[in-house]
Order: sequence, then C-alpha cells, then structure tokens
Amino acid sequence: MASDLPPFDPATAATFMLQHGHPGWLGMRYVAHGADWVELALPWREDLVGETGSGILATGPIVSLMDMASGMAIWTATSEFLAIATLDLRVDYMRPARKGAAVNGRSECYRRTRSAAFVRGIAHDGDPDDPVAHVAGVFMSIGGRRDERR
Amino acid sequence: MSDADLFAAVERELPAYARSLGIAVDSIEGGSPILVVPFGKIVEGRPTVFHGGATSGLLENAGYAALRVELARADRQQRLKPINVTVQFLSAAKSRPTYARGRVLRLGRRNANIEVEAWQDDRTRPVATAVMNVLMAAPEDGSGS
Repeated sequence: MASDLPPFDPATAATFMLQHGHPGWLGMRYVAHGADWVELALPWREDLVGETGSGILATGPIVSLMDMASGMAIWTATSEFLAIATLDLRVDYMRPARKGAAVNGRSECYRRTRSAAFVRGIAHDGDPDDPVAHVAGVFMSIGGRRDERR
Repeated sequence: MSDADLFAAVERELPAYARSLGIAVDSIEGGSPILVVPFGKIVEGRPTVFHGGATSGLLENAGYAALRVELARADRQQRLKPINVTVQFLSAAKSRPTYARGRVLRLGRRNANIEVEAWQDDRTRPVATAVMNVLMAAPEDGSGS
C-alpha cells in the first residue's frame, strides 16, 4: 500500500478537519488517539440543547460526534485518508448527559475488510465507565479505490 | 386541529438544536409534519455533501415531531426520552435542501417505535432512513426543575 502521503495522524488532521463545516460549527476538538481509536470532545453550548430549558445536549450532536470519531478512527487504523461513507450507525442512549456537561466520543475501528470498516464506541461526560451512549457502525470505502490499489 | 395550527404547534416545539441547525417545518401532509433543512456550511461534511451527523439530526427531529403530533392527537402529555436510533445512509445528500418525515409505527403506553425517511429531489429515493425507539415518561418524571 505505497502512498506518497504521510500516514494519517488524527492530532494533526484535527487542526484542519474539525475547523470547517458541520464539525467546525459544533466546535469538536481532538482529545486523544491510539492505534485504532480516536477520542473527540464536544463542548456544551446552549443552542445545542435538545429540550428547551433542560440544559442537556441534544442527541443529534452526539451522533455527529460519534460519526466523526469513527471516521477518524478508521483513517487512523488504516493510516490512510481514503474516501469513506457511513453505511449504518446505531446509537443506544444509556442516560442523558449531565446539564452543561461537554461530551466526549471515543470510537474504535475493530475490524476492517477490503471495503467495509466496523466501528464501536462510547460517548461519556467525564467517566468512560458510565457512558452516555454506546455506538456501533459500519463504514464503506467509496469508489473501490482500495481494490484498484490492491 | 387544522393543518395551519399543526404547522405552528410543530414549529413551536422544535428544540434549540433543531433551530440552530436550520431545521424548519416545510409542510403538513396527511396530518403529519415534513421537516426541512437547507444545505449550508454548518451541515457540510465532505465538500458539497451533508455530514452524516447533520442528516441524523434532521431524521431524529422529524421522528420526534411525528411522535409529538400523535401524542397531542391522543391528548397525552409526556416527556420524550431517547432509547436508541439506527440510521441507514443510502446515498450522499448533496448541496440541496433535505426533507424528512416520520411515521409512528407503534404507539404504546411507555414506548414508541418510529420510522423516518429523508429525501432530496425525489421522494421515492430516500437518502437516509432511521428507526427510533422512544420512551414516554410522565410529564413531571425526572424533569428536575
């Protein structure tokens, strides 16, 4: 898998990837990563609340956070920035995030095939052992580029 | 309730997050609301394409809007708590408005199952679908305020 590009580094990529578009609007930040996982943070904001006056982040931004962390986990696991698309994403909400709390999303790419990548992760608001949500998803590479490149 | 009243009620109950994302009520069709979100920088993922998270946000809000309408019709006032959502992304949502409509498949006493579809130009070719399970609690339960 020879490539002219340096291996994908989520910490470096975050400096531009999380500045624009939907992730930029949500204010996502890079937190940490390992060989096959990435953790991002979503700061609390009044205008992202899901129920007026509740002070609790809506579920929508949590899906966005997990989708982004999952994509970055796949690029980190493959070391390559290939075009991918989310095929399916399931989010189980364990409990509401605490009022006014930022939410972190950590996703791991635990299995890759030629064209699919499987991810799982959690969202938490401070204690990873007491998650706000569990997530499972499947991503596909776009346009069969990997096949062409073997 | 007339379609105009229903339109106003659905719009009034859109949460802060939905308004921030640019979600609005498009129309009422057969007594059920269609929500819309315009394309723009704040929903963009890959260039010129909706971010999956933004599409999911629209789907979830359309699901909640459909459920609120059903509950109002049954004269029930309950707090909605998400149990889960599964989103299927069928094709890239391009730089055009995206619409979504939810359908309550089952309305139980404690939980509801909702199916939602999102589309752009062609209603028969959805760009994404979702299935949601929602818990319905008593109005005062767990509100903490």
